Amino acid sequence: MFDKNQISILKDAVDKENAKTQEKLQKRPERKKEFTTGSGAPVNRYYTPADVSELDYMNDLGLPGQFPFTRGVQPTMYRGQFWTMRMYAGFATAEESNKRYKFLVEQGSGGLSVAFDLPTQIGYDSDHALSEGEVGKVGVAIDSLADMEILFDGIPLDKVSTSMTINAPASVLLAMYIAVAEKQGVSSEKLRGTIQNDILKEYIARGTYIFPTEPSMRLITDIFAFCSKDVPLWNTISISGYHIREAGSTAAQEVGFTLADGIAYVEAAVKAGLNVDDFAPRLSFFFNAHNDLLEEVAKYRAARRLWARIMKERFGATSAKSMQLKFHTQTGGSTLTAQQPENNIVRVAIQTLAAVLGGTQSLHTNSKDEALALPTEDSVRVALRTQQIVAHESGVTEVVDPLAGSYYIEAKTKEIEDAAMAYIKKIDDIGGATKAIDMGYIQSEIMDASYDYQKKVEAGEIIVVGMNKYQIEEEAPKGLLRVDPSVGEMQKQKLVELRAKRDNTKVNETLMALKTACEGTDNVMPYILEAVKAYATLGEVCGVMREVFGEYQQSVNL
Amino acid sequence: MDIEKRILNHDKRAAARLISMVENKDPEGLRILQNLYSHSGNAYVIGITGPPGAGKSTLTDKLTKLLRKQDKQVAVIAVDPTSPFTGGAILGDRVRMNDLSVDPGVFIRSMGARGHLGGISEGTAAAVKILDIYGADFIFVETVGVGQSEIDIVKNCDTTLMVMVPGLGDDIQAIKAGVMEIGDVFAVNKADRDGAKRTAREIDMMLDFNKELEWRPPVDLVVAYENKGVDVLLNSIMDHREYLLESGKFHEKRVANAKSEIVEMIKERIERSMLDNSRNEEKLDALSKQIVERTVDPFSVVEQLFEAYIASVEAK
Amino acid sequence: MERPIRVLVAKPGLDGHDRGAKVIARALRDAGMEVIYTGLRQTPEQIVSAAIQEDVDCVAMSILSGAHNTLLPKVAAMLKAEGAEDILVIGGGVIPQEDIPSLKEQGIKEIFTPGTPTQVTIDYIKSNVAN
Repeated sequence: MFDKNQISILKDAVDKENAKTQEKLQKRPERKKEFTTGSGAPVNRYYTPADVSELDYMNDLGLPGQFPFTRGVQPTMYRGQFWTMRMYAGFATAEESNKRYKFLVEQGSGGLSVAFDLPTQIGYDSDHALSEGEVGKVGVAIDSLADMEILFDGIPLDKVSTSMTINAPASVLLAMYIAVAEKQGVSSEKLRGTIQNDILKEYIARGTYIFPTEPSMRLITDIFAFCSKDVPLWNTISISGYHIREAGSTAAQEVGFTLADGIAYVEAAVKAGLNVDDFAPRLSFFFNAHNDLLEEVAKYRAARRLWARIMKERFGATSAKSMQLKFHTQTGGSTLTAQQPENNIVRVAIQTLAAVLGGTQSLHTNSKDEALALPTEDSVRVALRTQQIVAHESGVTEVVDPLAGSYYIEAKTKEIEDAAMAYIKKIDDIGGATKAIDMGYIQSEIMDASYDYQKKVEAGEIIVVGMNKYQIEEEAPKGLLRVDPSVGEMQKQKLVELRAKRDNTKVNETLMALKTACEGTDNVMPYILEAVKAYATLGEVCGVMREVFGEYQQSVNL
Repeated sequence: MDIEKRILNHDKRAAARLISMVENKDPEGLRILQNLYSHSGNAYVIGITGPPGAGKSTLTDKLTKLLRKQDKQVAVIAVDPTSPFTGGAILGDRVRMNDLSVDPGVFIRSMGARGHLGGISEGTAAAVKILDIYGADFIFVETVGVGQSEIDIVKNCDTTLMVMVPGLGDDIQAIKAGVMEIGDVFAVNKADRDGAKRTAREIDMMLDFNKELEWRPPVDLVVAYENKGVDVLLNSIMDHREYLLESGKFHEKRVANAKSEIVEMIKERIERSMLDNSRNEEKLDALSKQIVERTVDPFSVVEQLFEAYIASVEAK
Repeated sequence: MERPIRVLVAKPGLDGHDRGAKVIARALRDAGMEVIYTGLRQTPEQIVSAAIQEDVDCVAMSILSGAHNTLLPKVAAMLKAEGAEDILVIGGGVIPQEDIPSLKEQGIKEIFTPGTPTQVTIDYIKSNVAN
C-alpha cells in the first residue's frame, strides 16, 4: 500500500527523531518507563506507515461487507440499522421476569436476552439439594415448560428475537422455547434468536458445565443438525470470549481461545457429517468490551479477519456468510468497581464506543450497580440510554469502520491477529481445544494473565479510579435489588403441583425414549422436545442425560 | 477425651490434628505417636506415582470408591510440591475427589512436600502411621513422580502403582532407569487415547528385559475418568498383596522399610543437629568466600566443621 | 514454631466464577501458606468435612451467586457443631454491605468485597488465625 522508497525515507526520519527525543527523555522522562495497553501489550510512542508497511489493503482489509470482513460484515453497517440493543435480564420467577421483558420492549430494547438462575444452568430443578439458596438469584428459575409459558406470556415469539444464555442444557431450553411458540401458533421456522450453547468456555472460564466434553460436543452438533432443518433462522451457538476475558485473559487470548473453541465446534460438526456452509452461517460470537478503547476496536477487527481466513482456508467454506464473524458484545463486568459506582456509567460509555467502533451486531451494557448486586430498573435504564446516546448523538455510527487506516489501529489489529494465531497454533499442536482444556493449558494461561493483572493493580502500576486511587469515604449503597427469598419455596410448590397434574406415564415414556436415544446415535433433539412437551422437568431431562453421559470433572491448574 | 483415645475411637478431627502436630514437629505430637505406635501396622499402604497430568487423583478416587463398596475404610494422602521460595503450596488434589469428602469411611489429607529437610518422607510417613492407627484399612499415598519423591514413596508403601499415560514418547526411555524398579503394578491411564497400547507394550518390553523377576508387574490399561478397567487394576494390586503375603516378602519388605526409615531419621537428625551447630551464617559465608578464592578447599572445611561438631557432642 | 498456615479455599454454591478464588489461592501461596483448593460447587457439608480432615486454620469462601446468606452461615454452624469453631471462617465476593452484619453475627469473621487487595486478606488471616 505504501511506496517502498517513501517507507525507507520515513524510517530514517523516525530513527532520527527517536534519537533526538531519547536525549530529551534523559532530562525529562515520560510518565512511565513502559507504556502498555489495558491487556499489558507494549505500545509505541506513535505509529507511522512504517509500522504497517506490510499491509495489503484488498487482502487484509477489503471493503465493508467484503472478505476478509475486517471493516465489518455488512456494506452499510449502522447506516442500515443500529446494532440490536439487547439487555440481559431475568431474575426470580418467570412472572417477574416477564414483567421486566415487557418493560424493556416498551423502552425500545430490540431483542430479549434471558438470564437463567444457576440451578437451571446446571440442569437441576428448584427442589434439588444443590439449588438451596440459588433459586431465582442470578436469573429466572425455569423448571418446566409451564414456567417457560409464563416467561413469554404476551410476547409474540414471531416478532422478537430472543437470546438465551444457556449452555449445558441448551437443548432443553431451546426445546421449551419451540414448544411455547407452537402453543402461540408460531412455527419453528419463524423463530429468531440465539442460544449460547458454548460448552468449551464453560470448562475454561464460566463453570456451568454438566456433562463431559465428548457427549457435550455431540449435543451441540445434534442442535446444529436439528436447527439447520427445523429452526433455520436460529443462531445455534454463541462462541464466547466474554467469560474468558472476565476470567482475566488478555485481549489477544480472548480472540485466540475463542476462535480455537470455534474451530473445535466446526470440526465436530464436519466430523458429524454436516456441510460447513449449511451450519457455519448460524455460528455467532460473543465478545467483551474493556476500557482500552483502541485495543478493543483492534481486537474486534482482528477477530473478524482471522475467522474469515480460518473458515475459507482451513474449512473450505465457500459462502460469504460462513466467513462472516458476527458478534454480540457485553461491556466488561470485571471492569466495574464496587467503589463509587457512578463512575461505572463512564466506563460503560467508553466500552460502548469500543463495541460500536468495532462493528458489533448487538450489545448489552452493564448497569452501574452490577459489582454490588443485580441491577435495578433505574440503573438498567441508564445503561440502555448509554447505547442510545452513542447511536443517536455521537456521530460514530454515520461512517462504517471510521478508525480504519489509523496506523495504530491497523498495527494493533495485525498484532492481535498474530498473537491470537500463535495461540491457535499452540492449541492445534496440543491436539485441539478440547484436549488443551482437558490438560488445563488454556485455564492456566488465563490464570497467569489474571494474577499478573492483580499484582499490578496492587502495586499501583495499574490505576483503577476510585478503587486504588482517588478513593473517598462512602456510605453503603442503598436500594439494591433483592430477590425475594421465598422464590425458592414458590418454585418448589409449583413443582409439587406440576408433578401431581401432568400425565406421569407419558413423562416416563418420553424420558425412556430419550435415554435410548442418548445411548445410541439418534439426534436427541426430537426426543427432548417430546419430553418437555409432556412437562418433564429440566432436572428430569438432564437427569436422564447425566445417567447416560456422566458428569464433567473440573481440571484445575493453579 | 484426650487425643490418643479419640484417635483410637476413629475420630477424624483428632487424627487430622495429630497429623498437623507431627508434621510441624511438635514434640507433643511425636510423644503421642510414640504412645500409639503399637496400634499401627494394620493398614495396607499403596503408593501412587507418575508424571504430572497422568490422572493419579482421578484414579485414586475410583480405586477408593471400589474399596468403599467392599466396606473398607480408606485414607488418601495427596502430596504436592511446596514452593522453595515462599514455603507455600497449592494443594489441589481434592478437586478430583470431591464426593469422597463427605463419605464417613474416607479420610483425605493434602500435604505440601515442605522442602528437603523433613520433607516428603518424614511428614508423609508420620501421616501414614497416624491414619493406620486411626483405623484405615487401605491408605493411598499419592505423589507427583518427579525425582526423589518416587524413590521415597516406595519406602513407605507395600505396593507401588506407577501411572503412565500415552503420548509421553521418549520420556519413558528417559525415566525408565529410576522408575521401572519402583512399580509393582503399572497402569496406563487415558487408554482411550491414541498410542495407549503402544505405551503398554513399551513398558512390557522393558519389564521383560529382566527375566529374573519373581513378581512380574502387570500392566493394566485404564480410563480412570470413565471408570473403565479400574476393577482389573484393583485386582492387580490385590494380587501383588497376595504375592507379598504368601512369599513372605511382605514381612521382609516392611523390615527393610523400617530399616531405611531408621537410617533416614538418623540422617535427618544428624543433619539438623550438625547444621544447627555450624549455623553461623557469617562464618559459613566467610568460609565459602575462601573456597571461591581457592585459599581453602571445601573438603578440609567440612572436615573441620565435622570435627568441631563431634567435639561439641562429646563435650555435652 | 515456624509452620505454614493452612487455608481451605472453597467455592460454595453453583456459580462458576472462580477468578477471585484462584487469585486469592495464588496470593496466599505466595505469602507462604498451604492452600487446599477444592474447586467449584461445594456443598457446606463438603467444605466442613474437608476443613476437618485437612485441619486447616482458616476456611476462605468465595461466592458470587447471591446465595451467601444461605450457604456461609451454614458452614459456620456446621463447623461449630463439629467442635471446630476455632477455625477462622471468612468470605469474599459480590456481597452487599447490608448483608455483612448479619453474616458476622452468624460466625463469618470477615467479608472481603470486590476491590479488596489480596494483601489485606493475607494480613487479616495472619493476624487472626488461632495459634
